[in-house]
Amino acid sequence: MSTLHSRDLVINIPGRSDGFPLNLNIESGQTWGVLGPNGAGKTTLLHTLAGLLPARSGQVVLNDASLKELKRRDIARKMGLVFQERQDSFPATVMETALIGRHPWLSPWESEQGEDQALAEQALAALEVDHLSDRMLNTLSGGERQRVAIATLMTQNPDVWLLDEPTNHLDLHHQVKVMNLLRDQAQSGKAVFMCLHDLNLAARWCSHVLLLYANGDACWGRADSMLEPSALEQLYNQKLVTVVADGASLFVPVRSGSKLQNG
Amino acid sequence: MIRPLLSLGLLACAAMVLALGLGSVTVPLPDLWQVVQGEGSALNRTLLMDLRLPRTLAAFATGGLLAVAGALMQVLLRNPLADPYVLGLSGGAAVGALLAMLAGMGTLLISGSAFAGALLATLLVFGLAHGTGSWTPSRLLLTGVVVAAGWGAVITLMLAITPSYKLPGMLYWLMGDVSYARTPWPAMIVLVFSIVLIMPLARNLNVLARGPMQAAALGVAVRPLEWTIYLLASLLTATAVTTAGSIGFVGLIVPHMLRLVLGNDQRIILPASALAGGTLLVLADTLARTAIAPEQLPVGVITALLGVPTFLYLLHRSR
Repeated sequence: MSTLHSRDLVINIPGRSDGFPLNLNIESGQTWGVLGPNGAGKTTLLHTLAGLLPARSGQVVLNDASLKELKRRDIARKMGLVFQERQDSFPATVMETALIGRHPWLSPWESEQGEDQALAEQALAALEVDHLSDRMLNTLSGGERQRVAIATLMTQNPDVWLLDEPTNHLDLHHQVKVMNLLRDQAQSGKAVFMCLHDLNLAARWCSHVLLLYANGDACWGRADSMLEPSALEQLYNQKLVTVVADGASLFVPVRSGSKLQNG
Repeated sequence: MIRPLLSLGLLACAAMVLALGLGSVTVPLPDLWQVVQGEGSALNRTLLMDLRLPRTLAAFATGGLLAVAGALMQVLLRNPLADPYVLGLSGGAAVGALLAMLAGMGTLLISGSAFAGALLATLLVFGLAHGTGSWTPSRLLLTGVVVAAGWGAVITLMLAITPSYKLPGMLYWLMGDVSYARTPWPAMIVLVFSIVLIMPLARNLNVLARGPMQAAALGVAVRPLEWTIYLLASLLTATAVTTAGSIGFVGLIVPHMLRLVLGNDQRIILPASALAGGTLLVLADTLARTAIAPEQLPVGVITALLGVPTFLYLLHRSR
């Protein structure tokens, strides 16, 4: 069980004023969705929280220790990240890719053992890519690769899961599958924090929401209190209609006159 | 995981036996065995222990060093085209060696000068690519390629103003020639130590091959690792070039061929590169000594002539 805090965190978006400092408490059991327009800094925030980018000010705290004081290896045992864009310069199989997730857990002279293999197999099965485990990564479709990336994080098995648009490239069935998986992981004790473009996925699966505005303003809290149509219209500069279906509010963009008057 | 290494090790031994037996005088296997046991004729012992063995070991060590350096550079730059020669390290070494030859220095000083040239080239490329702080593989590769072209021009200039009686030695050095090796031991020791040093880092390199951000997210301290690889690869190249002049293709082709067959796990690729690179150069040197004996060919030409078709065949077969 780990918790991730940000203390007066201002992410470094070049040419933007500081905006509203973030004091997030991302705890075990929570599923966070980060919503915001293009360029609002969702990915930058995720990378800053992971300690991969320096913050403009403030700090990120993982279980009472500032990220700056921790070794990368110790961070990687507690916190993992699925990137939006991945480099595949050298050919590798799906299984090799998933096993990379065990890296922080193995000492320099150790190699992956049966239990590492078993964890990778479980993760690949959970993402329904186990039948591809011997395939080369560069022969897979975008959605399959996305699922392999999530399986790699699952194999890494950290307490805090950061994901940059985990439903990218996924078909409807696998979007639901992945969102259910992430919620189940949170309910079993993980802390999940993800950027999303789909309001409705956030509305139906996230317990907490962070709204990140283009000008650096931000507000966050429990999903049911945050997902106000007026706030969301402001966020995306887009008129919305709200409908209730399948027991949840759904937000649908209005087709005509889409710009807000005061936007 | 251990089986490909065993096969390559056996292949290396076989190549060495072949290299010891073949030459201007052919030594049959039974006579070879006698010399190994400390017996045999004095002539055979001198021929094998004082001439062919040091040369064979030097060829093996040089090939191993170049192949490992190439494998490291390719992971560092995440670019399969990277190789100590493409990055201009050998160009710097060549300029150093040719300067020493022009000044009429002895073999030892030529080696020292080549080593200094390789290190200078390393610092130049890394310093320029590092420059303002943004250090990307493509920037480093481009800097290396441009600096290598610069060295090439300097080499041509030096050859143009060199008195003609000094030219053959210089050309031979540029084409790579193991007969320059005075002793195989520095190269051998550097090769063994670097493999021992790099093996615990090999899994880190696997992760680094997925990109620096992904590697950092998986617990790799990226910047120190990149410095270690770059400095180590430079040291390996400088040692190789100092031992046997400028031999191309080994660093580029050997890791590639191995990746096509064995996959891209650096825990296998790095030791396999040492073995396969060494074997390739031992065979090439044997061919260089025997093809038109008693004349000797520059070994660099042989590695290119052997390496290029093999590489193209493997590439064609793989997909």
